[in-house]
Amino acid sequence: MSAHAEAIASARGPGFFRRLCRSRAAVLSMLYIGLIVLLAVFAPLVAGYDPMVGGDDSMLPPLSPGHWLGTDDLGRDVWAQTVYGARVSLMVGVVTAIFAVTIGVVVGGLAGYYGGWADTVLMRVSEFFQTLPRFVLALIVIALFGSGLWKVIFVIAILSWPQTARLVRASVSSLRQQPFVDAARVGGMGDRALLLREILPNVAAPIIVTGSLDVAAAILLEAGLGFFGLGDPNHISWGSMLNEAQQYLRIAWWMSLFPGLAIALTVLSFNVLGDALNDALNPRSRVRS
Amino acid sequence: MWFVARRLLHAVPLLFCVVVLNFVLIAATPGDPVTILVGDFPAPPGYVEQVKREFGLDQPIYVQLFRYLGHVLTGDLGYSFANRQPVSTLILGRLAATLELTLTALLLASILGIILGMLAARWRGSWLDSGVQGVASAGYSIPDFWLGQILILIFSIWLGWLPSQGNMSVRGAPEGFAGFLDHLRYLLLPALALSFRYLALIARITRAAMLEVLSADFILAARSRGATEISIMVGHALRNAAAPVITVIGYNLGFILAGSALIETVFGWPGIGRLLFDSISRRDYPVMMAILLMVSVTVVLANLATDILHRMIDPRVGDR
Repeated sequence: MSAHAEAIASARGPGFFRRLCRSRAAVLSMLYIGLIVLLAVFAPLVAGYDPMVGGDDSMLPPLSPGHWLGTDDLGRDVWAQTVYGARVSLMVGVVTAIFAVTIGVVVGGLAGYYGGWADTVLMRVSEFFQTLPRFVLALIVIALFGSGLWKVIFVIAILSWPQTARLVRASVSSLRQQPFVDAARVGGMGDRALLLREILPNVAAPIIVTGSLDVAAAILLEAGLGFFGLGDPNHISWGSMLNEAQQYLRIAWWMSLFPGLAIALTVLSFNVLGDALNDALNPRSRVRS
Repeated sequence: MWFVARRLLHAVPLLFCVVVLNFVLIAATPGDPVTILVGDFPAPPGYVEQVKREFGLDQPIYVQLFRYLGHVLTGDLGYSFANRQPVSTLILGRLAATLELTLTALLLASILGIILGMLAARWRGSWLDSGVQGVASAGYSIPDFWLGQILILIFSIWLGWLPSQGNMSVRGAPEGFAGFLDHLRYLLLPALALSFRYLALIARITRAAMLEVLSADFILAARSRGATEISIMVGHALRNAAAPVITVIGYNLGFILAGSALIETVFGWPGIGRLLFDSISRRDYPVMMAILLMVSVTVVLANLATDILHRMIDPRVGDR
């Protein structure tokens, strides 16, 4: 699979970052993600208010003195809530993607490498997970088992791994038959070393790309759960802010606008980054798309 | 014919797994399974005893599974005390509104998506193409329920053009054709909000499929014969690009149904999604479980129908 070899070679080469930065959209996305990460990390310093504690001034419109994004029905500062909400969204997005990619790589790697009945079983399982309506299932599991940040992460990860698994499986099963793998095997390398040192590094490119897209999908899903009132009640999240905003649409548009924009831009950035990584890691794909 | 039979056989274990998953969720939930089967609403003790007996809750787990399967197969989805109705009646009563919303959204998404995708492919690299690609990226990234809120803000609250809640005028909905128009006014915003994501997806797929076809020799041949541009685009290219587009539409039928839960909540649309929201906040478990079952079964059946349809359009598709 010379395309993979090429991709990994180019991923390591100095041209990779230059190619990634050739797309203006990709640069903007990375800048935006960097900004959101900084805001989330330094939330206590930049928020100015406790996001959970209300004040006397409720329903202040944006650009009010002291509250530049306004306040909500309980007098809580919308900027502070949005900044703290970034923590939940990024945490859920990134941790979920790490879990989903790890499960996907293990399952897909084993299925693709060993083939046979293990392959059939693992692929049937992932096919089953792919047919499930993720959002409704996540809603109901959280409703039954109770909410909490880690429960949300766990449920989304369990529902997200099949895509990575199928992708890894397809790449691994075609790489397994490549001459360089045969050469390593003839050289006396065991199955585990072959899989870990020879094959998986060559699948890195597509894994990185799906990882980025997984972050975006997880953030969207978490926002949906929050909107349904099933987010972690101990944390402010963008989805739960939109839930609150729904009742006050007529009088407080800012309660809906800012958290919604935050979700849309964050998800967009991770999606654009994923596409740009794909283009930069596979120079050939540009020709086709 | 064999293909259809094999696909049907393939769907049966999937459906079985879906029901088993429902059962496992009920059994694994911490607390008393009776609560999950009856709901968190005060039920007469006699009924609780009856449920315990019917589902064999004092029996070993496999007996319980069998009884559960039996109930599902006979269409007995339990009783909702919060609504004082059998769950199946409750869901059937809400089905029409949801189907109307989801099918309208899918139709909008398909028509607009195919047109945008074709235009983008025809004028590849132009500002129009970039615009369509931008819309597609936005469609993937904007949460549809927030889009719904923004549409309400713009078209209902600021401009006052369209209603924001419900599916018909509460006081004196007009009769006949005027009533139909009144209804359409309620349908437009939720259908738009629900369709945007799928519009993006369909536009993307159509564009990619058209680009692949447009470089084929038979297009060049048609063009050199002097075929008009529109007949080339629709008659030759779109026809040959149809298979992947139709597959994407079919595979998303179930997901759009699931996605309508959020949109129905935003717009107060009296369908199954709204029912799901209400039953979650009332902890009306039998209704929640029945909706999960219904949506999962719909996804499996929609995928099945899509596979068969795909095979009929494009006989080159091999047996998997």
